[in-house]
Amino acid sequence: MSSYDLQLTVNGQPVSLLVEPQLLLVQLLREHLALTGTHVGCDTAQCGACTVLVGDRAIKACNMLAVQADGLSVTTIEGLSAKAGPLHSLQAAFKQHHGLQCGFCTPGMIMSACELLQNGVAADEREVAAALDGNLCRCTGYRGIVAAITETLAAAQQDSRGAV
Amino acid sequence: VAPFNYHRPGSVAEAVALLSARSEGKLLAGGQSLLPTLRLRLAAPTDLIDLGHIAELRGIRATADEISIGAMTRHNDVAASREIAQAIPALARLAGHIGDRQIRNLGTLGGSLANNDPAACYPAAALGLAATIRTSRRSVAAHEFLRGMYETCLDPDEIVTSVSFKIPSKAAYLKFMHPASRFALVGVFVAERAGEVRVAVTGAGLRGAFRSQALESALQHSFSVESIDAVAPDAEELSSDLHASADYRAHLIKVMARRAVAQMTAAD
Repeated sequence: MSSYDLQLTVNGQPVSLLVEPQLLLVQLLREHLALTGTHVGCDTAQCGACTVLVGDRAIKACNMLAVQADGLSVTTIEGLSAKAGPLHSLQAAFKQHHGLQCGFCTPGMIMSACELLQNGVAADEREVAAALDGNLCRCTGYRGIVAAITETLAAAQQDSRGAV
Repeated sequence: VAPFNYHRPGSVAEAVALLSARSEGKLLAGGQSLLPTLRLRLAAPTDLIDLGHIAELRGIRATADEISIGAMTRHNDVAASREIAQAIPALARLAGHIGDRQIRNLGTLGGSLANNDPAACYPAAALGLAATIRTSRRSVAAHEFLRGMYETCLDPDEIVTSVSFKIPSKAAYLKFMHPASRFALVGVFVAERAGEVRVAVTGAGLRGAFRSQALESALQHSFSVESIDAVAPDAEELSSDLHASADYRAHLIKVMARRAVAQMTAAD
């Protein structure tokens, strides 16, 4: 079984390393790159805690091989804002709306919402809740999560209209 | 996951060559069913052949009477396609409710059909819309392609390349979703095309998705919600497991069929 020469971009930084083909993307992020903000919840592609962006799409990093991301650009929760810098608009909204209880699902929730935000999705609370079909919050703290995402999407809509 | 060799062909011909040279090789499409299978070690292929970089397997083409979709087209791309939403809105809707958003960003049409999960949505659409499955060596009608539970007519070195769905005059797909897996506990696809009614059922059959002759002839006779009342699906041919009994599945088939027909007749 031969190793694979993997080249990809993670949070804007080029990454190049030899990996075993069976390595999962979430293992690459957490164990090789020490990006432990991406969580492993169920480890069976159901809970969405490991959600990251590959290109402009939200995917579950526990259900994708690292080699499938070869040549692509991966964004994790660590890539949304600088350590000492201001929070990303979604992070700020989650803080304001108390969109987390234990916080375990939060990185996945935010990365999942990121796809909606980047695609300029306009959605009311019901539609946001439906769009979170791939993310579970075991604290059942959905109200704050949905409110934070709905508000961020609406604000982005307003901004893009203002910019035209 | 047990170790395997990883291959990345750039064409269908190259993928076929790789596959035929390896007796324990497997194709990787979106991986959304395969990866959980590998992780449970229900399968341990020596070689994985990634179809993700073959341009000829992607894309959506519409003609006057059918929509042809490349095997590696992701569920979310089918759901978002303007051409499909116009020609077969029921198919776009079906694709948009498979699994969840993250799964739909990776999962593919060809992968779903080749896996032929007995509770998957696409097999119902393939039967309901008289689909033709194109492979690396032939064209096969959906009912010949789908052989049974997780079984197709594909040879060990054959690859699904595209699927053509006939455009119906109207169609609807109603799914009673398992709340955790989001697979169909029962899904019913009803389509009418050139005076012919097709009713395909997924999630319920002992041998995977099937067409219900009883519902088809009742609806052929009179296309109305009421004509479903007299039909009694045979529970003996339906699966029974911890999620639902065969009798309950028989009941759900009628409920989903009624809702599908109601949706189609309301649009008139």
